[in-house]
Amino acid sequence: MNQVPVLEVRHVSKQFPGVLANDDINFSLNKGEIHAILGENGAGKSTLLNIIYGLYKADQGEILVDGQPIELSNTQDAIRHGIGMVHQHFMLVPVFTVTENIVLGSEVTRNGMLNMKEARQKVTELSKRFGLEVDPDALIEEIPVGVQQRVEILKALYRDAKILFLDEPTAVLTPQEVGDLFKVIEQLRERGVSIIFISHKLKEVLAISDKITVMRRGKVVGSTTPREANERILAEMMVGRDVILTVDKEPARPAEKVLEVKDLTVFSDQKHKAVDHVSFDIRAGEILGIAGVQGNGQSEFVEALSGLRDAAEGEMILNGQRMPFKHPRALVEHAVSHVPEDRQKHGLVLSYSLIDNMVLCTYYQPPFAKGFNRQNDAMRENAERLIKQFDVRTPNADVKASTLSGGNQQKVIVARELSRPVKLLIVNQPTRGLDVGSIEYIHSQIVKIRDEGAAVLLVSAELDEIMSLSDRISVMYHGELVATMDVKEATREKLGLLMAGVTPD
Amino acid sequence: MESVWRFLKSKQGITIIGFLVLVILVVVFYSISPNQTQAVLNSMIRHSTPLILGALCGVMCERSGIINIGIEGHMLLGAFMGYMVNVWTGSLVLAVAASMLTGSLMGLLLAYMSIKLKLDQVIGGTVINILALGLTGYFYTVGLTTSGKIMTFPLGPLADIPLIGPVLFNNGFITYAAIVLVFVLHFFLYRTPWGLRTRAIGEHPEAADTLGINVIRMRYMNVLIGGAIAGLAGGFLTLESVGSFERAMTNGRGFIALAVMIFGNWSPIGAWGAALLFGFATAMQTQLQFMGIDIPHQFVGMLPYVLTIVVVAGLVGRTHPPAAEGKVFEKE
Repeated sequence: MNQVPVLEVRHVSKQFPGVLANDDINFSLNKGEIHAILGENGAGKSTLLNIIYGLYKADQGEILVDGQPIELSNTQDAIRHGIGMVHQHFMLVPVFTVTENIVLGSEVTRNGMLNMKEARQKVTELSKRFGLEVDPDALIEEIPVGVQQRVEILKALYRDAKILFLDEPTAVLTPQEVGDLFKVIEQLRERGVSIIFISHKLKEVLAISDKITVMRRGKVVGSTTPREANERILAEMMVGRDVILTVDKEPARPAEKVLEVKDLTVFSDQKHKAVDHVSFDIRAGEILGIAGVQGNGQSEFVEALSGLRDAAEGEMILNGQRMPFKHPRALVEHAVSHVPEDRQKHGLVLSYSLIDNMVLCTYYQPPFAKGFNRQNDAMRENAERLIKQFDVRTPNADVKASTLSGGNQQKVIVARELSRPVKLLIVNQPTRGLDVGSIEYIHSQIVKIRDEGAAVLLVSAELDEIMSLSDRISVMYHGELVATMDVKEATREKLGLLMAGVTPD
Repeated sequence: MESVWRFLKSKQGITIIGFLVLVILVVVFYSISPNQTQAVLNSMIRHSTPLILGALCGVMCERSGIINIGIEGHMLLGAFMGYMVNVWTGSLVLAVAASMLTGSLMGLLLAYMSIKLKLDQVIGGTVINILALGLTGYFYTVGLTTSGKIMTFPLGPLADIPLIGPVLFNNGFITYAAIVLVFVLHFFLYRTPWGLRTRAIGEHPEAADTLGINVIRMRYMNVLIGGAIAGLAGGFLTLESVGSFERAMTNGRGFIALAVMIFGNWSPIGAWGAALLFGFATAMQTQLQFMGIDIPHQFVGMLPYVLTIVVVAGLVGRTHPPAAEGKVFEKE
């Protein structure tokens, strides 16, 4: 094919303090092509998109649309050249309607006044033409995430986007919604829209794209097509070495019952019933995975079990002993470890040094305290040992936790939680937003602690993670555990349906 | 029946019922004691004017995401500058312009502190309040005289309607302006692109930014205009209502204006209703004192402030403040 690419990036570089985020990037997108950019977190994918969308200014290089070099000094310029972006975190005003969100900034007016009737009509027309079904009058905060994403796409199409950027579009969707999104993407392609699809999920990239460009450490390391590539090849390109995609583990040898939960009912901050009469148990030496789309009560569930939130009803029995709710220290002293969902909010004190973060639950115990006195030497020795043992990449133990990358922050938490005796480990979204290297490391630590005889409760929205780590899998839907099965009986399809609330038979 | 009942329980239903009850009460009282009723209503309008202007300033700022706790300071300095210009030039037009300009400058200071310096906005507003108190206290000299204040201006035959005429259509220029501004701002906020964008930057500035809306410029604009309106509230006090300046004469009106804004759920018309309620409480306070009711006057004098506490405490958690207010916007 000898056509002019709709978008071409030539020799683009961008330096941030301390990192070269984009290093001489060359890249081109043909009309009606779905082009995936694949890379780990921090590989420079988002930086590249933000440069093309006019949010950052490149230090050097040029960007061509339809063969013409364009000047980009703000997003308005990008929009004018037919570039549209669907951000990873949706850029929607929750209290506005669908129509208001779509027209914001390019309003339909009559005599200087808003003409919402005509705007509404335009939105309806657009949604029909591209097969993106939405209710133009619905409030954003009241529609599901998948529909919100459609609104984001419509926002771009309303501005006549011919090139559409999708930044990690599947991160927040259920497997079924991902299927719907892929149909939408294909429809857009048929109508001549060219799409750049950013992801670090290999399966999706292989499923949807026409062409794949892989980035690593700010550089393009190669281009391929789904036909020529497979998951292993892509993963190697991404991380530059052979990675273990499936977790190596022996079959579980479940022993005595460690945790037994009966009829647990928990309310959310909004006073909704978030967890509804859940009962289950976990034995020593096994990993129970809780699958489910985010927002089905997992957060409240874990918060109740880790002592952060009170339960309305139910019992938690640990090694035959009934535990109080909302009493985290009691749990710590009964050898329960918790790696929380939000590592920056609940896992670390970002403004504290690593030394202090490493002793957040044990600072009052010997050897870290003698009466009222902090034992600084013992704390420092502890931190330095754990940093070495858990391979935390940091200049020293005195830096603030906020200066570390996400992967290293997570390692600090894991190090702290596994550095004391563990009978029950509760982990929630342990690898969210981490690169492949860190994921692999954290997975291996979880398996290791299981093999040492701890019971593990793993909550994750990543189906792959659940399937590769768990020995048993439960699916949480609308606050209930709708099914529990052995990992050998679980398939993606089966779990996907359960996660969407469809019960087989 | 079911649907009628549901309508009556809805938000509009309650508003309409409340309004009707008020109208009936006013008519009843008017037939019993026309003079007193009219006096109370007149004083209600007079007391509500600075409150609604202050609250409109609050709406302008907070809808665009800037908390303005310095309304009191805008008002006080506006009142002072308006008064001084009136003393120096004797021109009421220049005086009004000066009070608005002063308010605007204070708005600029607040915007600069909260947008450019990224200072905590509550601290920024407090700085303005203390600055205003200090400046006016230092420069104020006793015994200045002016050539007069803004006179009431009856609106032709409208002013002759019994009860309503003297209450609504026989006022000074700033009072009319306040009422007109309520509707103008309400219209602009909900019916124009400017309003849609203002509400968007107060809720989710990043979303607006990615669509090419200049969040920073819009915030500056809105806070400047809001400041001018609060300055006008100050001008009302020295140029239309009292006619002279005293130290700390705003006496907490800027803070009551914030309560008014919250009670009105950050909408101009809602705030007007709330301002009238507060104006009414103040008017009743004076009236009760005239009537020689045997309650210590300090207690009667508390009425508007107690109402503020009750309203704000009762509404917290039930109103919907703009989501991004008080948060620093960092452009990527």
